[in-house]
Amino acid sequence: MFFSQFFAQVVNGLTLGSTYALIALGYTMVYGILELINFAHSEIYMTGAFIGLMAVTVYKLPFAAALLAGMAGACMLGVIIEKVAYRPLRKANRIAPLISAIGVSIFLQNAALLAMGPQARAFPANFSAPGLNLGIIQISPLQLLILIISIFLMVGLHFLIQKTKIGQAMRATAQDKETAQLMGIKIDRVISFTFAIGSALGGAAGVLVGVYFNSADPMMGFFPGLKGFVAAVLGGIGNIPGAMVGGLILGLAEVLGAVYMSQYKDAIAFAVLILILLFKPTGLMGRRVQEKV
Amino acid sequence: MLRLDNVVTHYGNIQALKGISLEINQGEIVTVIGANGAGKTTTLKAICGLVSISSGKIFFRGKDITGKPTSDIVGSGIAMVPEGRRVFPRMTVLENLQLGGYLNGDKNLIRKDLERVFELFPILKQRLKQIAGTLSGGEQQMLAIGRALMARPKLLLLDEPSMGLAPMIVSNIFDIIQEINQSGTTILLVEQNAHMALSIAHKGYVIETGRIVLEDTAKNLLNNEQVKKAYLGE
Ligand SMILES: Nc1ncnc2c1ncn2[C@@H]1O[C@H](COP(=O)(O)OP(=O)(O)OP(=O)(O)O)[C@@H](O)[C@H]1O
Ligand SMILES: [Mg+2]
Repeated sequence: MFFSQFFAQVVNGLTLGSTYALIALGYTMVYGILELINFAHSEIYMTGAFIGLMAVTVYKLPFAAALLAGMAGACMLGVIIEKVAYRPLRKANRIAPLISAIGVSIFLQNAALLAMGPQARAFPANFSAPGLNLGIIQISPLQLLILIISIFLMVGLHFLIQKTKIGQAMRATAQDKETAQLMGIKIDRVISFTFAIGSALGGAAGVLVGVYFNSADPMMGFFPGLKGFVAAVLGGIGNIPGAMVGGLILGLAEVLGAVYMSQYKDAIAFAVLILILLFKPTGLMGRRVQEKV
Repeated sequence: MLRLDNVVTHYGNIQALKGISLEINQGEIVTVIGANGAGKTTTLKAICGLVSISSGKIFFRGKDITGKPTSDIVGSGIAMVPEGRRVFPRMTVLENLQLGGYLNGDKNLIRKDLERVFELFPILKQRLKQIAGTLSGGEQQMLAIGRALMARPKLLLLDEPSMGLAPMIVSNIFDIIQEINQSGTTILLVEQNAHMALSIAHKGYVIETGRIVLEDTAKNLLNNEQVKKAYLGE
């Protein structure tokens, strides 16, 4: 009995954690390339969720289409934000784009409040699929769907970054912008592309979490956004595998911790953030290779 | 092949280049020598479009490239080996070389160019999977030069390739620079090591605080009293 409850919590934690990982990837990719915390990322996530919600409720589209729509919308929003709010400030000091990010975040929250109203809306999943019953471990259809989609997206991202030419250009740009330009890489395009991919993953997370909790509202990005950020820091900000691992660990920590102190569920992420900043500020998978200059 | 006409650049309010004019003919090795902060690196960056040009013009093979984006300039046949090597530290040797050929889409071409780089720098072939940041300084310099060659440049810009290297390695690298030149690549070599640079160059310029103060054949510069005193330590 104890074990089945424990495993149920583990599955729950991994499900939640995989969505944190998706969010964390957006933060970490942008940070890796611009050394900027994109505070508007939580609103990109929220926008993805609402677009998915519209697709399901207004246009009666199936779940897969809603997911793609949410990703596409978030992707475009991310690219626009970079162009409008960050690119003009690329040569400014480091604080300016940060303030711009917070401004965009507040703007988008209020735009969503205006458009959708403050109340949470139900987000029906609109799909049918089997779950998984492994005796002691049971995974609901929704959990299975979220896990499979998250893993698929993360594996895809890994392939994109490690094995393709644009991925190579992204890594080069993250390591040394000036030299990347000397290779003939158009870094503005690479940066746009990075926002596009990171935001699409955030949008996917928005749709998945919206469906998981059957709810979407204009402020829904706040906590998941912060937790995605914590997951990114936990893994080592700028480090892509780190963001994946950080998300899963944070999801597990939160769900298992909540068993003992459910009223502090959201506080666990911050405790983790404080601990990591105190004891290992570079994160679990922070830079290992020494750079020779 | 390359001509700079009165090029002026600024960093903020500070004028770094105060009207640089120089000319490089096809097949030459031209060197620019000068002390720290004279504007050597800035000159190369201006050519590549990495710093913006306040006034003046740059022509490459008859075309005005002033103010063009770096990717276009690189695409037109100019490659640079930056100061301090600047290999991509967290990528393998192979990936660094592949990035050098970024604009050459053709896989077969890239394979052929890799072979050519390995002929010049056999050590790189043994280190293909090594992370570039862990190479020695000399190996990193070879990688940086190999990477630039992967772009098949018509004009190769080299920024202080001797920096921080043991004399043996420096002379090895300068031999290879000559070899690259003899196989048809024009070279603009920026150096503080004036003796080495002038010994392989055809023509030289001396730059001081953003201005060209002397220009002559390398041979004459080696015998020039001013140059001897200021740059050759004689
Ligand atoms: N990014 C920058 N911002 C402000 N000033 C700069 C910048 N880069 C160079 N400078 C200034 O421009 C002048 C020329 O610098 P440059 O790097 O071109 O010199 P250099 O001849 O290459 O010197 P070195 O031999 O030390 O490499 C110097 O006075 C330098 O301080
Ligand atoms: Mg310099």
